[in-house]
Amino acid sequence: MRLFLMALGMLLTTMILLGVAGFLVFAERRVLAFLQNRLGPNRLGPLGVGQALADALKLMSKESFVPDFADPVLYRAAPVLVAFSALVSFAVVPLDQHFSWAGNWNIGLLFILAMSSLNAYGVFLGGWASGNKFSLLGAVRAVAQLVSYELPMGLALLGVVLLSGSLSLNGIVVAQNLPFIVLQPLGFVIFMIAGVAETHRLPFDLPEAESELVAGFNTEYGGMRFGYFFLGEYLGMTLIAVLTALLYLGGWHGPWLPGWIWLLLKTGAVIFVFFWLRATLPRPRYDQLMGLGWKVLLPLALFNIMATALAAALWRLA
Amino acid sequence: MKVWRNFVDLGAGLWTTLRQIGRISTVSYPEEPLNLPPRWRGRPTLTRDPDGDERCVACQLCSAVCPTRCIELQAGERADTRRYPLTFRINFSRCIYCGLCEEACPTLAIQLLDEFAFSKEHHADFIYEKDALLIDGTGKHPHYNFYRHSGVALGDKDKGQGINEKAPVNVRSNLP
Repeated sequence: MRLFLMALGMLLTTMILLGVAGFLVFAERRVLAFLQNRLGPNRLGPLGVGQALADALKLMSKESFVPDFADPVLYRAAPVLVAFSALVSFAVVPLDQHFSWAGNWNIGLLFILAMSSLNAYGVFLGGWASGNKFSLLGAVRAVAQLVSYELPMGLALLGVVLLSGSLSLNGIVVAQNLPFIVLQPLGFVIFMIAGVAETHRLPFDLPEAESELVAGFNTEYGGMRFGYFFLGEYLGMTLIAVLTALLYLGGWHGPWLPGWIWLLLKTGAVIFVFFWLRATLPRPRYDQLMGLGWKVLLPLALFNIMATALAAALWRLA
Repeated sequence: MKVWRNFVDLGAGLWTTLRQIGRISTVSYPEEPLNLPPRWRGRPTLTRDPDGDERCVACQLCSAVCPTRCIELQAGERADTRRYPLTFRINFSRCIYCGLCEEACPTLAIQLLDEFAFSKEHHADFIYEKDALLIDGTGKHPHYNFYRHSGVALGDKDKGQGINEKAPVNVRSNLP
């Protein structure tokens, strides 16, 4: 009985998350349109919300095609890996102090970082197994980008961990009497930039830069396999947004409203910033991307940790 | 210092895109009416003068100037010796809406008015006969009549004082 309920709960969580990701695809098109003087998809359903459903149905009803020159096993496994690693990260994300699957897990943050590395594997295997030069180029770029931005991201997160003394997301939020954005402004900026690069969202979407690489690592994909990559990308974006809200913006802390609404509002605001960045910024050159990661963000993140540790030690002394 | 400059530029860019919210340029056309410019070149139409006579005098200039040869007409003569088109036929599956017929027309009879969205199932339905082309209105030039003229000043006769002559109009108010 207990097992059955748990399975049901997992199914429900997964469905809700997939629904959110599908809705975000629509919301992004709408918000981008408004930022660019257009209307966006507004035909199907109230405000065009039905477009999300129509897109999902279209992707699901298409043929799952495997090209002759692709590696059949890895080609099939890669999209699942991407969607899986993004979905499973949400297990450690608490909606409220007492409402989560594993919010108290004492290595929660580490788990998320590990899963985002697994995500990089999915992207790389997808591009490599496609047997296409554009896919391979996209995959190589994706791996280089994910590796170089994981570093400053992890280092920026260490600042938060130092301040809260906990690796579980619950513990980190409980420790925030003051949102960590106030104590860690530099860390916040680094985390946001690295987060955009981690999810290969638009200013840093070089792995799938359509003007140079057709579609990068997912060139050969179609139907629901492409859909998994897409869902993985949007789930990853949601994950980064939730993490930003939890780690830097005070999570569920806030006056008047219930905690989970506060968390959703903050997450929504961060997601809007993602859309907004996409509408504004052009794509940098690849060497500029690498230069930013290794020559600017990494030293800054190191400096951030040192300064945080020094300040924390002095605070303890005083 | 350069770093701060970048941040300022970034903020300026973000502000620029944020300001665009609510300024929608898209016109949802079939639901919202289009605001066509007054000199819009839509479908060629035959118009009448303010007195209700048809303006066309069957001079064949539009037919001659038409680059796609889609205008065809036959001339007839009224009892008062004024010519008029017996038949007038435009093949709209060939018309390119260049407006040369309108420019060639000496009596401002043929005019490209604002009808632009018309589609048919068969090519034959695009061949418009005179009864479909001739409208009751005056088109873009509401007060113009080719036969209402003011003549020239001659000796002690001023403009518009001879037989069948009318007082001159202000040409600037006659623009479309």
